[in-house]
Amino acid sequence: MTDIPSQTEAALAAISASATLDALEAQRLETLGKKGWVSLALKTLGGMSPEERTAAAPAIQSARAAIAEALDAKKAALEAAALEEQLARETIDLTLPAQAAPKGSVHPVSQVMDELAEIFADLGFAVATGPEIEDDWHNFTALNMDETHPARAMHDTFYFPDKTADGKDVLLRTHTSPVQIRSMLDQGAPIRIIAPGRVYRSDSDATHTPMFHQVEGLVIDKGIHLGHLKWTLETFFKAFFEREDITLRLRPSYFPFTEPSVEVDVGYSNEGGRRVVGGHGDAPGHAWMEIGGSGMVNARVLAFAGLDPAEWQGFAFGLGIDRIAMLKYGMNDLRAFFDGDPRWLAHYGFSPFDQPTLSAGVGAKA
Amino acid sequence: MKFSLTWLKDYLETTASVAEICDGLNAIGLEVEGVEDPAEKLAGFRIAHVLTAARHPDADKLQVLTVDTGDGNPLQVVCGAPNARAGMKGVLGLPGAVVPANGMVLRKSAIRGVESNGMMCSTRELELGDDHEGIIELPDDAPVGVSFADYHGADPVIEVAVTPNRPDCMGVYGIARDLAAKGLGTLKPIAMPAFTAAGTCPVEIRTDDPEGCPAFYGRVVKGVKNGPSPDWLQARLKSAGQRPISLLVDLTNYLMLGFGRPAHAYDLAKLSGAVVARRAKDGEEVLALNEKTYTLDAAMTVIADDNGVHDIAGIMGGEHSGVSEGTTDVLLEIAYFDPARIGATGRKLGLSSDARTRFERGVDPEFLDQGLDLLTGLIVDLAGGSPSEVVRAGSPPSAAKVITFDPGLTLRLGGVEVPEAEQKRILESLGFAVGADWHVTCPLRRHDIEGPADIVEEVVRIHGLDKVASVALPRVEGVARPTATPQQKVERGLRRAAAASGLNEAITWSFLPEWAAEHFVTGNEPPWVLANPISEDMKAMRPSLLPGLLMAAKRNADRGAASSRLFEIGRRYFRASDGLSDEKPTLGIVLAGEKTPRGWQSGKAKPFDAYDAKALALQLLEAAGAPVANLMVMGPDSSGPGAQFHPGQSATLRLGPKTVLARFGMVHPATLKTFDVDGPIAAVELFLDAIPAKKGAAFARPGFTPPALQAVTRDFAFLVPATLAAGDLVRAVQGADKAAITGVRVFDVFAGQGVPEGHKSIAVEVTLQPGETSFKDADLKAIAEKVVAAATKLGAELRG
Repeated sequence: MTDIPSQTEAALAAISASATLDALEAQRLETLGKKGWVSLALKTLGGMSPEERTAAAPAIQSARAAIAEALDAKKAALEAAALEEQLARETIDLTLPAQAAPKGSVHPVSQVMDELAEIFADLGFAVATGPEIEDDWHNFTALNMDETHPARAMHDTFYFPDKTADGKDVLLRTHTSPVQIRSMLDQGAPIRIIAPGRVYRSDSDATHTPMFHQVEGLVIDKGIHLGHLKWTLETFFKAFFEREDITLRLRPSYFPFTEPSVEVDVGYSNEGGRRVVGGHGDAPGHAWMEIGGSGMVNARVLAFAGLDPAEWQGFAFGLGIDRIAMLKYGMNDLRAFFDGDPRWLAHYGFSPFDQPTLSAGVGAKA
Repeated sequence: MKFSLTWLKDYLETTASVAEICDGLNAIGLEVEGVEDPAEKLAGFRIAHVLTAARHPDADKLQVLTVDTGDGNPLQVVCGAPNARAGMKGVLGLPGAVVPANGMVLRKSAIRGVESNGMMCSTRELELGDDHEGIIELPDDAPVGVSFADYHGADPVIEVAVTPNRPDCMGVYGIARDLAAKGLGTLKPIAMPAFTAAGTCPVEIRTDDPEGCPAFYGRVVKGVKNGPSPDWLQARLKSAGQRPISLLVDLTNYLMLGFGRPAHAYDLAKLSGAVVARRAKDGEEVLALNEKTYTLDAAMTVIADDNGVHDIAGIMGGEHSGVSEGTTDVLLEIAYFDPARIGATGRKLGLSSDARTRFERGVDPEFLDQGLDLLTGLIVDLAGGSPSEVVRAGSPPSAAKVITFDPGLTLRLGGVEVPEAEQKRILESLGFAVGADWHVTCPLRRHDIEGPADIVEEVVRIHGLDKVASVALPRVEGVARPTATPQQKVERGLRRAAAASGLNEAITWSFLPEWAAEHFVTGNEPPWVLANPISEDMKAMRPSLLPGLLMAAKRNADRGAASSRLFEIGRRYFRASDGLSDEKPTLGIVLAGEKTPRGWQSGKAKPFDAYDAKALALQLLEAAGAPVANLMVMGPDSSGPGAQFHPGQSATLRLGPKTVLARFGMVHPATLKTFDVDGPIAAVELFLDAIPAKKGAAFARPGFTPPALQAVTRDFAFLVPATLAAGDLVRAVQGADKAAITGVRVFDVFAGQGVPEGHKSIAVEVTLQPGETSFKDADLKAIAEKVVAAATKLGAELRG
């Protein structure tokens, strides 16, 4: 029987030299296996006297511990090497393209309508809607344009051959203003609403389409005057364009449904062939651009809408949504808005996650 | 409305510059649409003296001139004009100048080998007239070398947009009055040429239609000599864009453009008997001055004599009795017509004219006698003749509106403090009379003034809207309250959910070609078409969002797009029983082209299928808050999805048998053919108005704790008749033990080898959720038996 230290040394050397898990297992059987010499040596301890055992045991125990540790360490090393080899075989070419998920988009008109709703909600305005196919009473008469009014002819109205049950003409609304009438009749006063939506005029050229989008604003309360109108529009445009240098110019004008009537111009400059809103229109390099119509609601309109003009007064305004969308986001062709071309929609459209919020700023930067 | 600065200054004493006048016009509501300054057009044209003229060596019709432009350095110029000769003075365009008539930039050049350093110009080339017979000949005292624009008196022309409520500003004098009120000068009184009227008017004048023509004044002038108008008159009319015709015509136009007062001159020789304002007879005809014949009806007012109609009252004169070169005796008409009648007649005849524009908006009822005298005086002055006395039939409206005004309203409505004295000054300068008690009497010409708000507008527009300060709207306390309605929230959420699913939002026209609408109507209801569509392509209101999206998909395919994934949220338009519309909020989706392109992983390109449409329909209905778990896949039947869809690959999603929330599936090949687009195309339409509103929702969710015990799954494979819908099997299995079964999922469908003819195999995975205690073998066995029993009722047989 050879001595344990040299046997241990030989075993450790063999373990270290094992190249495979199988070879390592053979070493384990030879040492710590049931018939392995370490196991056998441990068994001999049982037959010894306590003195002999005290003398022989430490050497055997320490041999067993050293071999067990060496086996575990070698096994871990061999397994790690095997895994590494396996992973190396599993290498793929990650320059190959991944499957792309299609990216959707929100139309600029919808985005701007959401921006309008967000800004005006902060000023206490609700969003109102009304039918697009209207009768001439709501579209004209109640807005102080009776049948003989010359302004009616200027509206390029689309008519239907039909009449309503009570004999009124049926037409496509030429502006969002009938929503004013409906809202006042429904809700009375005080009222603060905006009414965005589709409107129609029989007009088609480079800058006009027979269908387009307008937003109407209406405030009826006590003591509302032109100064409030001016503030509201200024406040809106500052929030919408996220610029403090927005300058408005009010010009007297005429709309049958307001008195006094005011046309609204905004100062802008030309930068790289694009109109950029901001600054005073009379400043060098700047000019004025018409951006909407407005005024104090005509007393006759209030009366038509069931309100007492002696008690209530307020203002209304109308803006072109497509137009302010173009000014803000840089589109230059109105016709493309209605074409459904995915290339245009992807370029000018918005991520579904660009939900306008006041805290993040209502606009979405490119 | 266009006018020259000179014309304005005929009536307005002012030192203001053109820029100041334009700013003033804008500020008071007369929007400047453009200013044309001829001095800019004539830059580079100078007065030149022709020193020598000699025949061009190589051209019979050309001459070689030496011209002096005042700097002592005569230039050589080649000229083709027959009247070019030594000693004359003309206008030379120097190199760099742009010829106004054709935009040609002049440059130094050689004409047939002879150097030319500019161009001697004709009247037409400088857009100063029609003459092109030769070059302009200036008087001998014309200062050589001076800019021709300065010499000629270049007169800027201002174009303003006059709003329809201001017919009083449809004449230069009215504009001058407004500018004077603004403080831009002093309004001059109208210069009335003196004349002597003698004898009663030899023509009887009547109004037999006092409603349509309340006042008809007339006067005869005999012995006039018609001919071209003097230069001052021609220049004024031209600045207004009016072509001079003859003195008599030009003077009536001058009255209209200068003072907003249309009048008419008849050739007396062509009239016979009394001249009467009356209703036309139905079917009566008149040949108007525009050389068109109009058929009239009894609702229209005309001016007629014994022989017939001579004038469509207030709109256009007749060809027959119009004045001509040879006219010697004229009857002048100045009348007041009912504005509404003029408008109605003009619309019915489709006839516009400068006179109609003014009459239908309302001319000044106080300017009949003065207007007639002014016209008469000018005629006598320039064309001679002897005028008769005026004859007057009827009388114009004369009751002035008096408004009880509170000057404090200017601040309350206009938002600007204007001292009472200034308010009074403004109103008086516009012709209003302000009583001590603030009873404001309106001038009759201001038909637009109806009440105190109009007075505020007058004060504020003249005082200056720029002086109105911004005042914040009162705010509610705290954070702004939410305002969106449930419907608005659904649409906003859906829009972003659809975009997040990879769809591009489109906006398509509300109107369609009739054929496209026709293809998508339901039942026998014909498409709702416009009476006056702008084109055949935009004629019928859409009964569905799909045709517009299909047309977009076709355009995209034609442009080479590999796919279109489009959605739109908008309305469908239907007739309602009251004759108005029933507009239904809808979401439409069209999936065309490739769902996935060919790929190194995915192989061949794959088209969209009906399950893509179903997945979107369910996902978006869920986003819209619909009770998706309760929906049934039904149809095709009379409630949908409709003939536009593939009958075997489309269905509807319903809540109960009749409430259709959505339709989806593959588009019918016949529809693809009608829309001339390649398939397959999948489509979805969500009927948002049919989705029931959520009731009583609160922020707090119902209480929930994930079950402590683990769920178990069991698989069942059934042999079923080939016609059995998998959904029916799933529903039956689901109902077998409602307490334990929390999920049933089809994971295999197979027909073919090993499956008998007329059958298929459907395999489902059933999820069982234990409650308080774990399932025992006996429990599981009992549930399995219930599942099999439920399936057996549908003719299913458990496979071994």
